[in-house]
Amino acid sequence: MAIIVDNDTKLVVSGLTGSEGRFHGLRNRAYGTNLVAGVTPGKGGQDVEGVPVFNTVSDAVGEAGANTSMVFVPARFAPDAIYEAVDAGITTVICITEHIPAHEMLRVYTYVRTKGVTLIGPNCPGVLSPGKANVGIIPAEVFKPGSIGLVSRSGTLTYQIGNELAQRGLGNSTIVGIGGDPVVGSSFIDVLEKFEADEETTTVVLVGEIGGDEEEKAATWISDHMSKPVFSYIAGFSAPPGKTMGHAGAIISGSSGTAVAKKEALEAVGVKVGTTPTEVAELVIAAAG
Amino acid sequence: MDLNEYQGKQLFKQFGIPVSDGRLAHTPAEARAAAEEIGGQVVVKAQVLTGGRGKAGGVKLAEDPDDAEQKAKDILGLDINGHVVEKLWIEKASDIAKEYYLSITFDRGAKKPLFMFTTQGGVEIEEVAENNPDALVRLHVDALEGYQPWVARRLVYGAGVEDPSEQKQISAIIGQLYRCFVECDAMLTEINPLIVTPDGEVKALDSKFTVDDSALYRHPDIAEFRDAGAADPLEALAREKGVTYVKLDGSVGILGNGAGLSMSTVDVVVVAGGKPANFCDLGGGGNAQGVVDALEVITKDEQVKSIFFNIFGGITRCDEVARGILEALERLQLTVPIVVRLDGTNAEEGRKILAEAAAANLYVEPTMLDAATRAVELAA
Repeated sequence: MAIIVDNDTKLVVSGLTGSEGRFHGLRNRAYGTNLVAGVTPGKGGQDVEGVPVFNTVSDAVGEAGANTSMVFVPARFAPDAIYEAVDAGITTVICITEHIPAHEMLRVYTYVRTKGVTLIGPNCPGVLSPGKANVGIIPAEVFKPGSIGLVSRSGTLTYQIGNELAQRGLGNSTIVGIGGDPVVGSSFIDVLEKFEADEETTTVVLVGEIGGDEEEKAATWISDHMSKPVFSYIAGFSAPPGKTMGHAGAIISGSSGTAVAKKEALEAVGVKVGTTPTEVAELVIAAAG
Repeated sequence: MDLNEYQGKQLFKQFGIPVSDGRLAHTPAEARAAAEEIGGQVVVKAQVLTGGRGKAGGVKLAEDPDDAEQKAKDILGLDINGHVVEKLWIEKASDIAKEYYLSITFDRGAKKPLFMFTTQGGVEIEEVAENNPDALVRLHVDALEGYQPWVARRLVYGAGVEDPSEQKQISAIIGQLYRCFVECDAMLTEINPLIVTPDGEVKALDSKFTVDDSALYRHPDIAEFRDAGAADPLEALAREKGVTYVKLDGSVGILGNGAGLSMSTVDVVVVAGGKPANFCDLGGGGNAQGVVDALEVITKDEQVKSIFFNIFGGITRCDEVARGILEALERLQLTVPIVVRLDGTNAEEGRKILAEAAAANLYVEPTMLDAATRAVELAA
């Protein structure tokens, strides 16, 4: 099983002929992901190490059977690439690109939600189902197959926590980086819903950070719908108000969005929250033991 | 990016929202000249990116050019919440009959723009929301539907504006503000107060304006508004070098890769009993020049007594980071102790490079917690 990407994933990369898209697309293929196509307008008919390149996503779907798209094009072209994938019939879009204007993403989000497509990102590290498929920039060697679902707004922090789990012998069903922007295609709740339905996942670790109220909303959802145990880590306890901490979405405005408020909301519904990445891994072990 | 009042008003004006005639002044003499040109009573307003200007004595009425010069002398150089006043907005004084409030916020929770309108303006909107919630009309707009005239009707009738001329003027401003909000890629546009003069004219007496940094590439005119003097000097240097840096107040300098891990590193230093001096994200690349630039910014802060360098390699390769650290040590002649923790892509090679260099002020630790503890000890 696993969620979002697995052995049935047939990947098309928008921007496969660019240096980043090529590097990571081929890395994903080397991991075992079924990379079926690339899309670069004007370069249809070429190939990247044997992967056919098409002018349009529609061609990649029609001729190569792509069902999942990874967007690796610069910010000013990324919304177009997402719309194109959705309108070509792609059911899962994973957008790695950062710095897409928030208003642009708001329109993309509003449109995509009406189409029933799973959009992950933008400004995210992607999705990895260990042993099955890797779509994005997550260093797969840190993780191993297992039953813990991991969902996070951050990239490297996810690797840190994955590493802490792996050192203690625990593996993952799927790792999902939902992205650090103010508007992302999938929220914590969207991903929790998938983990709850996934047979392979027994436990979930939710990695949040300051800003917004997605962790608080997730807490309510967990209380109402989640039967599997959830653990959490929140970054940004020492962050000052009014300063953006690297991610456009990571900002405390007034009294809302603080790490303390998020921790309290999660603990109130029985989610154990670690104060360091090490502690959250130890909490998971203690519960499993 | 936050804009000053006068910058926001300039944008309002471009979108047809009525504002008063005004001039920018940097000296008392300029303030006097501005007052002469405008004529009559003027208001001298400090242009700083913080609230509470009025209470701090940063907004004053002047009777004539002489008085404007004197008031400018009083206000220039004032420290308002840590912001020193260097610019003034000299504006024609307005008679005020009524004060309303109008804003649009980018509501990331609802994923829609949010209008707020009330006839109880001129005070903090949080006060209205708390004490008189029924007076505050809130209305979300669908991003794809965009602004439609019914939105203005809901707001104007909902807030109980009864005068037909006011209804008409405010409805027009609501539509113009929405266009301004979307076309400028704003995260916030706020008019408080939106005044009605005794003659029944409606206009924006103040502006609060925040623009999405990611959209500045398509607004070169707005990008130029960036107030180089307004930021902390270290933060300004960081921006110039393309380093993501936020100044904090402690003694342990922090450098991580990725926003989440860097934030977590700040937290872990606090857990280990230390005080972080900064938040600094090396970003995804982590080439030698990036490491040198980041270390240069961090060590410019004289409070920094030790540095915790926390890297989890993904795209970033630890061997490249290690070489960057050695290059920075040499080029910047750094003597401050640096505690390094490397994990992930090419971590073994990275640790080996650092071990072979055997620099006296370099400490390599195996885990994030160990490294934090060591950095805190070294800063004490």
